[in-house]
Amino acid sequence: MAFDKSEVEKIAHLARLHISDLEADEVTARIGDILHLIDQMQSVDTDAVEPLAHPLDVVQRLRRDEITEKNRREELQTLAPSSQDGLYLVPKVLE
Amino acid sequence: MIEKTVAELSVALASGDISSVELTQVYLDRIARFNADLNAFITVCDESAMDQARAADAARANGETGALLGIPMAHKDIFCTQGISTTCGSRILQNFVSPYDATVVEHFKTAGAVTLGKTNMDEFAMGSSNETSFFGPVKNPWDSNRVPGGSSGGSAAAVAAGLCAMATGTDTGGSIRQPAAFCGITGFKPSYGRVSRWGMIAFASSLDQAGPLCQSAEDAALMMNVMAGLDSKDSTSIDKDVEDYTTTLNDSLDGLKIGIPRQHFAQGLSAEVEQTIRDALKEYEKLGATIKEIDLPNNHLSVSAYYVVAPAEASANLSRYDGVRYGYRCENPLDLEDMYKRTRSEGFGDEVKRRIMVGTYALSAGFYDAYYRKAQKIRRLIKNDFNEAFDEVDIIVGPTSPHTAFELGAKSDPVAMYLEDIYTIAVNLAGLPAISIPGGMVDGLPIGMHMVGNDFAEARVLNIAHQFQRQTDWHRNKPAAFTQED
Repeated sequence: MAFDKSEVEKIAHLARLHISDLEADEVTARIGDILHLIDQMQSVDTDAVEPLAHPLDVVQRLRRDEITEKNRREELQTLAPSSQDGLYLVPKVLE
Repeated sequence: MIEKTVAELSVALASGDISSVELTQVYLDRIARFNADLNAFITVCDESAMDQARAADAARANGETGALLGIPMAHKDIFCTQGISTTCGSRILQNFVSPYDATVVEHFKTAGAVTLGKTNMDEFAMGSSNETSFFGPVKNPWDSNRVPGGSSGGSAAAVAAGLCAMATGTDTGGSIRQPAAFCGITGFKPSYGRVSRWGMIAFASSLDQAGPLCQSAEDAALMMNVMAGLDSKDSTSIDKDVEDYTTTLNDSLDGLKIGIPRQHFAQGLSAEVEQTIRDALKEYEKLGATIKEIDLPNNHLSVSAYYVVAPAEASANLSRYDGVRYGYRCENPLDLEDMYKRTRSEGFGDEVKRRIMVGTYALSAGFYDAYYRKAQKIRRLIKNDFNEAFDEVDIIVGPTSPHTAFELGAKSDPVAMYLEDIYTIAVNLAGLPAISIPGGMVDGLPIGMHMVGNDFAEARVLNIAHQFQRQTDWHRNKPAAFTQED
């Protein structure tokens, strides 16, 4: 699968990362190398193999739909870069 | 005192030979003396450590006991610690102070252990050399030009250099076992689900597992007695009784069947490491074990499958770092998108960004079947290989790493770094328990012996490792630069 600079731009945007023009060639080459390593998988026929998503062959535990955590909103919001009146502040989205 | 294992310190504390306050002071003094060079700790908790030590001594005076009561330890900086900075080795969490304790941290607190500080690590545990840390690389105590391994490099170096009696680590593809091997200590990765992941900053959720780094398998058993168990806050923690891992340490190995995988003794393995492991295996024959060659035919695909599964899960897990609720935010964002992009680009290092992008690519429209689903199928083949091997043998033994610790800066190519974990990574894909113990030395550097058990066979793995350590002294070797006690 071809992997070029335009792909890097696309996935960087999807991942909300900014890759500068200066970095773009290096990043493209490195990721290309990694994808080349990954492509070793394609040498094996796995048509009849059932995927394994998780090492434990168990069913997810359920619990009662009850509130078990106490409200720590004010305490947790002190960690935010910017908050006011119980709200997280971000740059203006709507004019 | 610092040459003593946790088991021995526990006896010294119980008999009153030393107090936790005295012992904690010894380690804090050593950290003050050695950490500037070693860079094993990101945060040192002088005051709270002494408070905890005094509390442990007071509890003992009140009749409380416990193997870890008053033992000074360190936590990898991936575990959330209430009121203490938790950076995960990243700029994006440089100023993050956790509002709660991870379950593992809580368990050690309940046991009365003393937290000396938080150890350095590869950023978000993504690395095999500790060089991706925002806080700079850790040095290997055996040779300061060499890496300690990673990602739990700070914990491994701190234990090896006698800056703490024991430490926690996490292992997603070898991050406990490989640094343990490079630093000449014991490192144990439990079965997936055995130890709670709650409060442990997520990298790849279907692979991450916490475990002990310490001086012996016996110490690992003491730590596992505290760490293991069901946690309602981690839906993947397993509802299975926790054994007392110390009670079976001395079980006989007579009749033990050891499998050595041909694929772990193949091209790429250094001749000295191979000889060391083959010599070490002779100790097991003396103890009544038989050794046979086995095959793990899909092992060579484990690194490729891992570099789909782990980055894919990481790309989802790390999407939470957006500069809104906690962590770093860029200066003067123009708009919301600029804030997200610059926060993440300035906050994450190169390796983390690469893995996020690889994961995003693998999960993006049109590629899911070719990458993520394919990797999950390979994962099944790898698990099947282990299942078949364990029909024939009780334990799988080989080298932890193809060679001893490499020099700082030697692996600047990411793919070369990824291939460092060729013997350890399949174990995480299969969710199995595995340990690395010192098996010998070459040119003044330690060599790790890797032992993999079947699902939830932690007691057996620790037993097998302990029996080797009863016969040999490799785990007692200490780096000369750190042995003086003054």
